[in-house]
Amino acid sequence: MTLKEIAVKNLMRRKGKAFFILAGLVVGVATVVGIISFVHAMTRDINHKLEKFGANILIVPETEDLSLVYGGMNLGGVSFEAREIDQSGLVEIQTIKNAANIAAVGPVVLGAVAVKGRKVLMAGIDFEANYILKPWWQINGKVPSGQEVIVGAEASKTLGLTVNQIVFIKGEPLRVSGVLASTGSQDDHLVFATLPVAQSLLNKKGVVSMVEVAALCNACPIDEMVKQISGKLPGARTMAIQQVVKGRMETLGQFTRFSYLISAIVVFIGGMVVLVTFMGSVRERTREIGIFRAIGFRKKHVMGITFLEAAILSIMGGIIGYGLGFGITRLGFGLLPDKTPALVAFEPQLAAGALLMAVLVGLAASAYPAFMAARMDPNQALQAL
Amino acid sequence: MTQIVAENIEKIYGTGDSRFTAVSDMSFAVAPGEFVAVMGESGAGKSTLLSILGALNAPTSGRYRVDGIDVYGLSREKQADFRREFLGFVFQHFHLMPYLSVLENVMLPLTTSPLKRHEKKALAARALETVGLMKKAGHLPFEISGGEKERTAVARAIVNEPPIILADEPTGNLDTRNTGDVMALLRRLSKQGTTIIMVTHSRTCSAFADRIMTIADGRIWAGNEDHIIPEMEPTPEITCPA
Repeated sequence: MTLKEIAVKNLMRRKGKAFFILAGLVVGVATVVGIISFVHAMTRDINHKLEKFGANILIVPETEDLSLVYGGMNLGGVSFEAREIDQSGLVEIQTIKNAANIAAVGPVVLGAVAVKGRKVLMAGIDFEANYILKPWWQINGKVPSGQEVIVGAEASKTLGLTVNQIVFIKGEPLRVSGVLASTGSQDDHLVFATLPVAQSLLNKKGVVSMVEVAALCNACPIDEMVKQISGKLPGARTMAIQQVVKGRMETLGQFTRFSYLISAIVVFIGGMVVLVTFMGSVRERTREIGIFRAIGFRKKHVMGITFLEAAILSIMGGIIGYGLGFGITRLGFGLLPDKTPALVAFEPQLAAGALLMAVLVGLAASAYPAFMAARMDPNQALQAL
Repeated sequence: MTQIVAENIEKIYGTGDSRFTAVSDMSFAVAPGEFVAVMGESGAGKSTLLSILGALNAPTSGRYRVDGIDVYGLSREKQADFRREFLGFVFQHFHLMPYLSVLENVMLPLTTSPLKRHEKKALAARALETVGLMKKAGHLPFEISGGEKERTAVARAIVNEPPIILADEPTGNLDTRNTGDVMALLRRLSKQGTTIIMVTHSRTCSAFADRIMTIADGRIWAGNEDHIIPEMEPTPEITCPA
């Protein structure tokens, strides 16, 4: 006969009470695991979507005097005629330490051209990268290829250009393959062509005016990636679009804080369930404790039995709670529109944390009842028969 | 061989108007291996006396010594060690753990001992052999009769071979045949050197004892005439495993 055997047999005997404590712990752990798994899955989902939200790093040529505003953002010292970025050097961006965090790299060449006798800004872009860099774009028509262009909503109005019209730029006939729906940005005033076509028309072969990069790095600050890119492109100036980055991080931070607050409340309630049930159990076992003490059990032995019972139930509660929380979240997440269950991944750290939390809560909540049991006067306990 | 000495033991409950003296100025000695029956009416102070002798209830004044150990001079935890090493309790209502088998109930006092499991089992089996209950070892308490429960309680009291057994109305819930069995068992243990102090209402049971100590109103009225309190050495250090 050992203290552990007494604890196990007592739990087996009081199945109802044991089940109630276990249920309290399971619900607590499952809720916490569910919330945290949900938040982690949402974080993954948001990250995934934010990666497609647009550029958050800009690379512009080093310059000192002229400035250019593009898309409402200050691009720093950019001069059309002055300095450009060597396009061949852009492959270096994909060799940085955090290259895996780069979702898209979009080189842009800019230059002024005359269309129907009016000056307009032409941009040559990589339309494939642009799907990620500007996913909000809606083109009425089709994406240009070869000798084709698309025009911004305002440019279309001002220049009277519609789909399938032929427009002459620098003497080259180009077909309007589509019109960009209004974006509310400077894009509405531009004419867009593929990068090679624009470079050819603007006499900027092999160079680009700027580069847009979509990246998100959860594990490291975006500034770190900016530094890494700067190291690879010494002739260019790399900068983070701070608002976007901060917005992303704040969203994630709010989610995390909310989840921790809810978790703390649930853990507290779970702990109270354990405390109240164990207190009831100790009162119910007054006679038993009196006998233990009468036959020579020390206080630590009586406390040990209560703690062992709590530990056994806590370990079970932790394991079942994790499984339940994970399962329900995975199942529920799959039912949400636009979400896949795969985003709720098994996390060994969360599993270990759930187990540890269950044991800590179980032991902490049973500490007072165990103390009360241990300090029970054996004579009074036996008189209570 | 263990000698019990009580000197001027007094136990008072409550204060002021509710003050009640349960045990008043009791002095007596019990020789090693002696079987003493304590008799008296309800409220005479028998159970209070037994709880004091069981290191469960500190007297208001007086000294209680066992083999020279001043029991109430020990810390509460040392008193627990004392109970484990020196005392075996037999309760009127058996107080067996309903979720443990007969064998496991008997093993209970050995729970905290450093003995190996098979050693504890062997001791429990031997105690059950002594009370003639080995064949019921695997049964749960609700599966055995009242007499068997009391014998299980006796086996639990003797499993760690304590020098003293304190029995509180051990036959109070038994029929005549079982009463005879249990009393014969206690008598046999006494003959083997165990000191037994038994509280009882029954004259039949008290007939098994070497001496009958009658108490009333918290005082000893009879059965203590020839017992002189011996001088004791200073309290030795109690050596009990934790």
